[in-house]
Amino acid sequence: MRLEIKDLRVHYGKIEAIKGVSVVVNEGEIVTLIGANGAGKTTILKTISGLRPVSSGSISFDGQDLNKIPAHERVDLGISQVPEGRGIFAGMTVLENLEMGKFNRKDRKNEMAEDLDRVYTLFPRLKERTSQAGGTLSGGEQQMLAMGRALMARPKVLLLDEPSMGLAPQMIANIFRIITEINKQGVTILLVEQNAQQALQRAHRAYILETGNVTKEAKASDLLNDPAVREAYLGVGAH
Amino acid sequence: MSALRNFNLRDKGAEIWAGWNRPVRTVFVITFVLLVGLLPFAPSWGPTSFLNTPITSFENVLVYPVGMFVLMALGLNIVVGKSGLLDLGYIAFFAIGAYSQAILSTLYGWNTWQALPVGMGLAMISGVILGLPALRVRGDYLAIITLGFGEIIRIVALNLSVTGGPNGIAGIPNPPTIFGFEFNLMFPEHFFWLVLAMILLTIWMIRRFTVRRPGRAWEAIRQDEDVAALMGVNTLIYKLWSFVIGAAIGGAAGVVYASKVMVISPDMFKFEVSILILACVVFGGMGNIWGVALGASILAYLPERIRFIADERQIIFGLVLIIMMNLRPDGLLPRKKREKIEEKRTM
Repeated sequence: MRLEIKDLRVHYGKIEAIKGVSVVVNEGEIVTLIGANGAGKTTILKTISGLRPVSSGSISFDGQDLNKIPAHERVDLGISQVPEGRGIFAGMTVLENLEMGKFNRKDRKNEMAEDLDRVYTLFPRLKERTSQAGGTLSGGEQQMLAMGRALMARPKVLLLDEPSMGLAPQMIANIFRIITEINKQGVTILLVEQNAQQALQRAHRAYILETGNVTKEAKASDLLNDPAVREAYLGVGAH
Repeated sequence: MSALRNFNLRDKGAEIWAGWNRPVRTVFVITFVLLVGLLPFAPSWGPTSFLNTPITSFENVLVYPVGMFVLMALGLNIVVGKSGLLDLGYIAFFAIGAYSQAILSTLYGWNTWQALPVGMGLAMISGVILGLPALRVRGDYLAIITLGFGEIIRIVALNLSVTGGPNGIAGIPNPPTIFGFEFNLMFPEHFFWLVLAMILLTIWMIRRFTVRRPGRAWEAIRQDEDVAALMGVNTLIYKLWSFVIGAAIGGAAGVVYASKVMVISPDMFKFEVSILILACVVFGGMGNIWGVALGASILAYLPERIRFIADERQIIFGLVLIIMMNLRPDGLLPRKKREKIEEKRTM
C-alpha cells in the first residue's frame, strides 16, 4: 500500500488552493499534515477521496491512478475518510450509521458482524448506544462513530480530518490513543490536524502546509524539537 | 401553542400500530381502505353530507383534484422528501403522461391501459434527460433548472401542432371497461377507485424502497451528499432513481387524468400546480407518506369545499396555509422524531 500525491494543484474557481503539493504515505505509517486554517489541509483530503477535482498533478494509490475513479468507488479500493465536522447522519441510529460505512457490501451477514465486532471492541461506548440517533451523541461519541463508520469499510488507509476539533482535552487524548491503536492493527493513517502537539507525538512523519505549499517535511519527532515549528505551531518558544 | 407544536401524531400513530399484531393490522388496513373507497357515497348518507362540495360534484372532486394530488404529492415526496431534491417543475411529468394518453388515443387509437406504460415510460425518460445534467448541481440551482423544465414542457405543448397548441386535445376516450368496471361520466366512483388503487400501489412501492438500500441511500444523500459519496453511495445514480420513480408516478397520474377529463390543454399544467403539489408535501410533512397523503387531501379538497365564497376562497386558503405552517412547521404528520432532537442540538 502506498499513497502518493505528486505535484497536486487544486482550484476553487480561479483561486489556487493547493499549489503543487507532493506527499507520500507508506504502508503502516501515521503521516500528519499540519498547518494553519486555510492552508489547504482539508482540500488535500477531499481531493484524495474524490470530492474535489484535481486541476493538475496526480494521486496514486497502490500504483493505480485515482484521477479517473469516482469518489464513491474509492472507498472500495480501501480509502476511507472521516470528514471534517464528522459528517454523522444525524437522523440514522448509531447502528445504521455504521452499516452505511460500506454501502456496497456484498456479504451482508458474516462480514458485517465481524466489522461491527471490531468497531465495538475499539469503541465500547458505541455498543451501548446502537439504537440511539447519531445526532443525539456527544461530540466525542460522534467522532468515535465517524471513525467507527470509516473502519467498517476495512480501509487500507484512513484519512482523518481534524479528529480533535471541538473536543474536551481528555477526549482528545482518548481519540489520539485510539488512532495509534488503529494504526497498530495495520491501518495506514493520514491525519490532518491543527492540534500539532498531539499529532506530532503520534505520527511517524509530518508535512507542514502553508497556504497551499508544503514548506517542510520531516520525521515527526524532529519537528517536535524544531524551534521554528515549536514557535509557529506549538505555541512555545521565544516570545 | 407549544403543546400543539410538539404533539406528534405520527409517533403516536406508530406507537399504536406497533402495539397491534398482524390480524389486527390487516383488519384495520382493510377497514380503512373500504371506508375511503366508500367516500364517493358519503354525501348521500346524512351525517357525512357536510363533506359535499357545493357547485362541483363531490365524486369528481375526489378524483381530481384530491386523488390526483395525493398521487402526485406521493411521487414528488420521493424526490423532495426522501432524497431532499427541490423539484419545482414536477407538473411536467404529469403533462407528459396526459399528452401521451391524448396523442396515442386520438391519433393511434390506443386505449388507456395500453397508453399507461408508454406514458410512464416517456415521463421516466424525460426524468433521465432532465436529471442527468440537473442533478449535477445542488439546491437552489437544481430548483431553477426543474422550474425551467416545467415551463419548457408547457410551452412546447402550447406551440406544437401535434399537441393542439393552446386549444389542447379534445375527444380523448375514457378507459375501456376492466374487471367489470365501466369508466364514463355515469360512474365517477370507478375513477376514484382506480386512482385509489394507484395510490395504494404507490404507497406499497415506496415503503418497499424505503426500507431497502435505495431508501438508505436517499436518506444519506438528503442528510449529507458528500459523506454519502464517501461511504460508497453512487449519489448521481440514486438521485436519478428518485427522480425517475417520481416521474413515473406523475406520468401515470397524467395518463389517467387525461382519460378522465377527455380534454386537456396547456393551461392545466402551469407552474402554480407544481407549487401547489409541493405545498401539499410540505404541509403534510415532508418525507412521511401518511402526512403527505393527508396534506394533499386537505389542500386539494379545501378550495372546492369553500368554492361558494367565490373570490375570497383563495385568501382563506392562503390564510389556512400560513396559520398551519406557523402552528406545525414540520407539517401535519412530520417524519420520524429522532431528527428533531438533532436539529435542536445543532441550533
